[in-house]
Amino acid sequence: MTNEALQALIGSWYPNPEATLPPEKKEAPTSDEALPTEEIVVNPSLLEFNEEGSQFLNIKVAPEKLHSLMERLKQDEQTKFDYLFCLSGVDWGAELGVVYHLESTIHRHIVVVKVHTADREDPTLDTVYDLWATAEFHEREVFDFFGIKFNNHPNLKRLFLTEEWEGFPLRKDYEDEINMVIK
Amino acid sequence: METTTKETNFKSEEYFINMGPQHPATHGVLRLLLTIDGEIIRKVEPDLGYIHRSIEKMCERDSYQQIVHLTDRMDYLSSNINNEAVCLTVENALQLEIPERVKVIRTIIGELTRISSHCLWWGVMGMDVGALTTYFYGFRDRELINDIFEETCGARLTMNYNVPGGLMFDIHPNFVQRVKDFLVHFKTKLPEYDRLLTGNVIFHKRTKGVGILTKEDAISFGASGPVARASGYSCDVRKHHPYSALDKVSFNESLKTEGDTFARYQVRIQEMWESMSIIEQLIDNIPEGEHRVTTNAVIKLPKGEFYQKVETARGELGVYIISTGTKSPYRLKFRSPGFSNLSLLNHIAIGGKIGDLVATMATLDLVIPDIDR
Repeated sequence: MTNEALQALIGSWYPNPEATLPPEKKEAPTSDEALPTEEIVVNPSLLEFNEEGSQFLNIKVAPEKLHSLMERLKQDEQTKFDYLFCLSGVDWGAELGVVYHLESTIHRHIVVVKVHTADREDPTLDTVYDLWATAEFHEREVFDFFGIKFNNHPNLKRLFLTEEWEGFPLRKDYEDEINMVIK
Repeated sequence: METTTKETNFKSEEYFINMGPQHPATHGVLRLLLTIDGEIIRKVEPDLGYIHRSIEKMCERDSYQQIVHLTDRMDYLSSNINNEAVCLTVENALQLEIPERVKVIRTIIGELTRISSHCLWWGVMGMDVGALTTYFYGFRDRELINDIFEETCGARLTMNYNVPGGLMFDIHPNFVQRVKDFLVHFKTKLPEYDRLLTGNVIFHKRTKGVGILTKEDAISFGASGPVARASGYSCDVRKHHPYSALDKVSFNESLKTEGDTFARYQVRIQEMWESMSIIEQLIDNIPEGEHRVTTNAVIKLPKGEFYQKVETARGELGVYIISTGTKSPYRLKFRSPGFSNLSLLNHIAIGGKIGDLVATMATLDLVIPDIDR
């Protein structure tokens, strides 16, 4: 599926309640051709699409919708993103976030899902471990280096560092005067 | 958990033992916490971080030329392919036109690296299950590839032969002939590997039906490389997202459906044949031309995000760069194949014996610096 078709399909799952859609467009599209490419008005507080500066389609999703979107991306027959090939924590400065790279082994299309959280003291997101087993280790790595907690994670503890380690080293504001060589 | 058997009235209970961090079968400083009941494994929990150097954090202060050197130290047996991954990401981001000569040489060197890595794996695989001879055979043939690398770029393990824009030096005048000689030699030696180990009855009993991974689990655990292909999951990056000169060659993706330790073994043996076939298709047709295009002394990537995946000897290596337009990446993530492949160890080892775990670990072919990064 092309990026445009993916964007139209995924956008149709989160319509903007304030925008009035023609009634026939609310039906689930049956094929790629029938997708209402222009008419879909995505709810901008839940979902944001972006293709600029990246070779993949980027979706920024609100933290509360993360798990439901991921579940649908994996289960839906038209998307079937069954392979989570990269899960990275990112410190965006004001916000912390996680980036999920998803690929479908059936349709061979790729999408990037991003989630941001402004809470740097106690950042918490939902786990996707129940959807992709590989997320268990990857989320532990993100917890270890960025301090992002994952709800419902089966075994959330430090992976590489020791339990008594203070701070989260891959955050931009992390400082360690003894062990870090700066410039 | 406590159970009492009627016949003996002996109690059996679960207990912990440590395997590693200095165990020969972990091939590096990996510690496994085993929960066992007698000799049956109930749980395997890896304890990581013994050699974590935080390469990702170091990348945030280094220039892109320097980052290439750090990647050697991840999966050191696929160092050329790791270098290539970073170089390709930078070149794609800068939209550099890379000469055909560079692409072909990179592919040949990459496949030689794969054969060399699989030779070493085959040697230690045999050693892990008790066949010490294989170790010497594997290292004997790997030595010839290392000699070729040494003549080409001066290094035998951490090559640093790729740079953003091409290759550090042109190939040595002897390169083509030596590679051809190696292929002639190795074609007589690979059947020897089969005669020595592949058909061995004891080896079959140690590996067949052990550590079975289904295709669904392989995908869910993010497995890649020979581990995933032995479960029938077609995931070869060289096929699905070809890079360098891999779109010009024809080769078969080695696939098996059994998913057990023996299938993973067979996939790697088959891959060595396929790698030789790829080299044969390219070695006589290395195009003339430059070995490097000039880049700025200080490489600055445009603002944006770049992702490149390559197939190392262990599976899919991903390089994810977030750039803000400066000389260093804002964030760089290495998606290493060993990390995902290790995460499934607990899943496939449960219910087996400790001896099975050693055989299973051998075919996961873990390189610990690749996991710890």
